[in-house]
Amino acid sequence: MSSDLQDQDFTDELEHDEELWNPGHRACAGCGPALAMKYITEAAGENTIISQPTGCMEVVSTPYPESSWGTSYIHNIFENGASVASGIEAAYKAFDRRDPDHLDVQDSDDLNIIAVGGDGATADIGIRALSGMMERGHDVLYIMYDNEAYMNTGVQRSSQTPFGASTTTSPAGDESIGNDTNKKDMTSIAADHGVEYVATASISNPHDFKQKVEKALEIDGPKFLHVYSPCPVGWSYESSKTVELAELAVETGLFPVFEMEDGEITSVNKISDRKPVREWLEKQGRFKHLFDGEEPSEEAIEELQTWIDERAEDLGLDA
Amino acid sequence: MSESEDPYENLTITTGAVVEPNTSRVNKTGSWRQFKPVINVDACIACGQCDTYCPDQAAKPVEGEDYYGFDLDYCKGCGICEEVCPTDAIDMIREEK
Ligand SMILES: Cc1ncc(C[n+]2csc(CCOP(=O)(O)OP(=O)(O)O)c2C)c(N)n1
Ligand code: SF4
Ligand code: SF4
Ligand SMILES: [Mg+2]
Repeated sequence: MSSDLQDQDFTDELEHDEELWNPGHRACAGCGPALAMKYITEAAGENTIISQPTGCMEVVSTPYPESSWGTSYIHNIFENGASVASGIEAAYKAFDRRDPDHLDVQDSDDLNIIAVGGDGATADIGIRALSGMMERGHDVLYIMYDNEAYMNTGVQRSSQTPFGASTTTSPAGDESIGNDTNKKDMTSIAADHGVEYVATASISNPHDFKQKVEKALEIDGPKFLHVYSPCPVGWSYESSKTVELAELAVETGLFPVFEMEDGEITSVNKISDRKPVREWLEKQGRFKHLFDGEEPSEEAIEELQTWIDERAEDLGLDA
Repeated sequence: MSESEDPYENLTITTGAVVEPNTSRVNKTGSWRQFKPVINVDACIACGQCDTYCPDQAAKPVEGEDYYGFDLDYCKGCGICEEVCPTDAIDMIREEK
C-alpha cells in the first residue's frame, strides 16, 4: 500500500489557471509572503506594474534571467519602492496628457501601480520614500508584507518585530528578553498622511485580503495595506503552520484586522473570546526563551499582553 | 498554464537586466521536497483549500476528476495543504527517492 502512495503522481493531469505568480520561485517551503504575492496578483490582474524593493520576495522571484511574475515588474533598491512607483505613476500621467492613446489599456485608470515591500523596506528604511509618495498623492497602492524582521539578510529586527522576539540583532540572553519594542503602527502613520484608504489583512484570510486589494485599486490617489505574512525560517516553526500562525495572530489580537477610510476606522474584524497571546508565542522558536519560567520572561509576556489589550480597547476589537 | 520560455537559451545580459515573464517555471523546486503530499481521492471534496493556500501553485484540480492532486515538479513539501484540508484527505509521507 505505501508503495502505491509513493508512486502517486498527478503532475501531468492537473488543471492550471493563468498564474501571474509562478511556481519555480525560490521562497522557502511554506513561505507566508509568497502567499501574499499570489493573492496580490490574483486580485490585481495582469494590467499591473509591481515596484518591489529588495527583500525576500524580490530575491526569490527574480534571479536573473528568471521571473516568477506574469505582471510587469521592476526591482529597485531597498529604500526606493515607493519612489519608483511614484515615478512610474507620474510618467504615465504625463504620457497620458500628451497622447491619450499611447496605452494598451483603455486609460491610466485601468492600470494598477502597486509597490510591494517588506516590513524593513517599508516601515524602516523606505519610510521616507513612502511618506513622500503618500503626501504627494500618487495614485499608487502600497502593500507592506509583514514577516516581522529583515528575513532576507538573516533575521535582523525591524520596527515590526514584536516585543520579546529573539532575532540576530535582538538576541535573547541573560540580560535580554529579546526585542524590547512593540510593533510600530503603520496604519496610523499612513492615515495621518491623509491617505483615503488604509487597511490591514492576513494571509490566513485571502478572500478578505483580495477584496481589500480590489477596493484599494478602485480609489484614486495613495492607498496603504499592511498584510500579515508569517516566515517559518525567521520565526522558527514547522513550515506547515504558516496559515495557522497567521490566524492565531489575528485571534489573539496581536494583529488586528481593520479598515480606515478618510482617517476614521470604518470596519473592524471583531474577535469573540480573544485568545491569550501566550498561545501564539509558544508555537514559535523565536519566543522559546519566554517559557523558561523565570520572572523577566513572565513580565515580558505580560507586557506584550497589555499592549495588545490596550490596542484592542482602542480599536473596539472584542466582540 | 502560462506560456513560458527557457530563459537560459541564448543567454545574454540585457541592458537593465530585463527578463521575460513567467520564466521561473524552468526551476523545478520539487527537488527540494522531503515529504510528499498524497491525496485520498475518496475523502477529497474538491473544496480547493489546498490550492488556495499552496505558496507554490502545486495543489490543483485533476483534469476530469472531482479531486485535487499535486504538481510534483514544484511542490516543496511544506505541508500547508495537509493542515488546511477540512476532511483530512491529504497525508504527508516521507518520499523515497
Ligand atoms: C541600502 C541597503 N541596505 C541593506 C541592504 C541589505 N538588505 C537586503 S534585503 C534586506 C532585508 C529586507 O527586509 P524586509 O524589507 O523586511 O524584507 P524580507 O527580506 O523580510 O522579506 C536587507 C537588509 C540593501 N540591499 N540595501
Ligand atoms: S526567509 Fe521567510 S520570508 Fe524569506 S523566503 Fe524564506 S520563508 Fe519566505
Ligand atoms: S506540500 Fe506545500 S508545496 Fe506541496 S502541494 Fe502542499 S501546500 Fe503546496
Ligand atoms: Mg521582513
